[in-house]
Amino acid sequence: MKAFLRKITGNHEVTLGIILVVLFIVVDILSGFKFHGLENIGDIFKNNALTLIMSLGMLCVLITGGIDISITGTLAFAGMTIGLLQKYNIIHNTLLLFVIAVAIGGACGLINGLIIAKGKVSPIICTLGAMYIYRGLAYVISNNQWASGEDVTSFSKFGNSAGPYIILALAFVIYFVVMKWTPFGRKVYAIGSNREAARISGINVDRVEIAVYTLMGVLAGLAGALSVSIYGSAQPNMQTGKEMDVIAACVIGGVAMSGGRGTVVGTLLGGIFYAVVYKALPLVGLEAIWQNLIKGVIILGVVIINVLTQRAMNRQALARREI
Amino acid sequence: MKRIISLILVAVMAVALLASCGETTTTTGAKYALVTKAAGNAYNEKEAEGFKAAMEAAGLTSSDYIIRHPEQATVEAQIAVINSLISQGVKSIAIAANDPNALSSVLADAKAKGIKILTLDSDVAPADRLTFCNQAGVQQVAQALIDAVLDLTGGEGDYAILSATSQATNQNAWIDAMKAIAAADSAKYGKLNLVEVAYGDDEPQKSTDQTQALLQKYPDLKVICAPTTVGVAAAAKVLQDKKSTVKLTGLGLPSEMAEYIGNDADHSCPYMFLWNPIDLGKLAAYASIALVDGKITGAVGDKFEAGNMENSPYTLTAVEGTNASEIILGAPFKFDPSNIGEWKSVY
Repeated sequence: MKAFLRKITGNHEVTLGIILVVLFIVVDILSGFKFHGLENIGDIFKNNALTLIMSLGMLCVLITGGIDISITGTLAFAGMTIGLLQKYNIIHNTLLLFVIAVAIGGACGLINGLIIAKGKVSPIICTLGAMYIYRGLAYVISNNQWASGEDVTSFSKFGNSAGPYIILALAFVIYFVVMKWTPFGRKVYAIGSNREAARISGINVDRVEIAVYTLMGVLAGLAGALSVSIYGSAQPNMQTGKEMDVIAACVIGGVAMSGGRGTVVGTLLGGIFYAVVYKALPLVGLEAIWQNLIKGVIILGVVIINVLTQRAMNRQALARREI
Repeated sequence: MKRIISLILVAVMAVALLASCGETTTTTGAKYALVTKAAGNAYNEKEAEGFKAAMEAAGLTSSDYIIRHPEQATVEAQIAVINSLISQGVKSIAIAANDPNALSSVLADAKAKGIKILTLDSDVAPADRLTFCNQAGVQQVAQALIDAVLDLTGGEGDYAILSATSQATNQNAWIDAMKAIAAADSAKYGKLNLVEVAYGDDEPQKSTDQTQALLQKYPDLKVICAPTTVGVAAAAKVLQDKKSTVKLTGLGLPSEMAEYIGNDADHSCPYMFLWNPIDLGKLAAYASIALVDGKITGAVGDKFEAGNMENSPYTLTAVEGTNASEIILGAPFKFDPSNIGEWKSVY
């Protein structure tokens, strides 16, 4: 029993997993057992695919002790570009459009990375500026036009297929492997735990940092293409404010804002938790004006549990060492 | 490095200066001016088209009116345009304001020169203009929407509203008016049951979630009415992708909605509404002429002829809760399978 308790209180993922299961059951009961259907679960993943995918990039950024709030700007710039390419009948090849969106996202992320790593600009300042620039570019290229409906018919077929689920699954598997078993993953953690120590031990900190922000951009570009595909519409103001959802998903998943700590599994659980809350609130008969408030309370509650778990973990680790 | 940066900055400033000078100055001696929100927007082009058509229908030639599209949808760009119109000595300016307050001082300058100021599409503070050509009277929009719900439900049953944010002024006014209309005539609307007003915050993702939740919560739902362009498009996509039997109506952009409009089971939206920007431009043109000719002064109760427009003659009515006047264009324009093909390329 004691060992079981220790297992629960000693591990973020297990705690969060249990909270998630409880939440799911409660919501299912409150909604009159309409929540556990396959279609509903599919919708949960699809509607939050953007948040989930970008949370992987944000995980790495946060682990290095940084932050990127320009991601939805990048998303809009990439999404708007491929939307317009379709609107003006320049490109209609789905794969090519995805590649273009990813390339644009990567370029945006690379610029962030260079400014942060080489220019020694604080990540929040750099990406704050970048947020306006990339979002502004989306407005400039859109020239007051939206790309939607019939402009993106063939492209949005992809959003209705299994495509988004496959991309989501692949992204998580790749990140899981990279962060757990590759030198790159270990370098990211090393930088976040102790930047100076990492530098002295021969890690090229700048290069890793640039890579982390570039990957964040790549995922934001990918999310831009997915957004156009899933919602069948590209608007320059698309997904404004979603960067906070992405950061929230990471934080719920136990990623430390101070860097050095966080896992892919935790982020996945955090993202799903957020998605379930998002989906559940309108369904359980809560009045609309209360939904944001409740969402905030739930997020804060989970984060507090996370902090308590972390303390318990630290204590246990200390106790073990004393033995 | 510093030198390069300063060079770039200078170049950017030069380009910005050139851009703001880039507006073409056309005919002088024009009497009636139209200032739209910005160039390069199909919706604004249609307003201008209507303005031009009405001017010509009233027997005026292209030297009598002037249409200016600011380079950007900003107040600054509009101020520059208005200043140049003042110096050209126009008699009237009809403007779709990019900001309700920031044009105040330049409009006061124009007024001091005896220029008649009116607004269309987006109003300014009532003190700064004589009247406002309102594309969407609250009552007219609400009436069209509740009648569409009545029609699509077949006269009875559950319907839901998917709105923008819970604080959106326009949407709340429309929804309240819909409820009031339904309550006032229970013989006609009594069998309609509004199950919920959901808020998608004009965000595709949240609107999608809310639509899906409505479908799950209310198995007997017949119609969703979404009086917001983002919400209606998101709901249309959800219903169509799920091949739901629930029907949709609301206010939407034809270009956004073309794919979803149709009378068969494969389309989720049989018809929806929005205003007609061409008619709004026409109304602004006739109101400009009437103001300059002194037939109206902008006072509530004034009446004027508007050529062959459907609702002519128009009467100036009071903006709710004030004594400022407005001219309501009429019932919103209905987009259905017969005309959507033509309108989807317009805006």
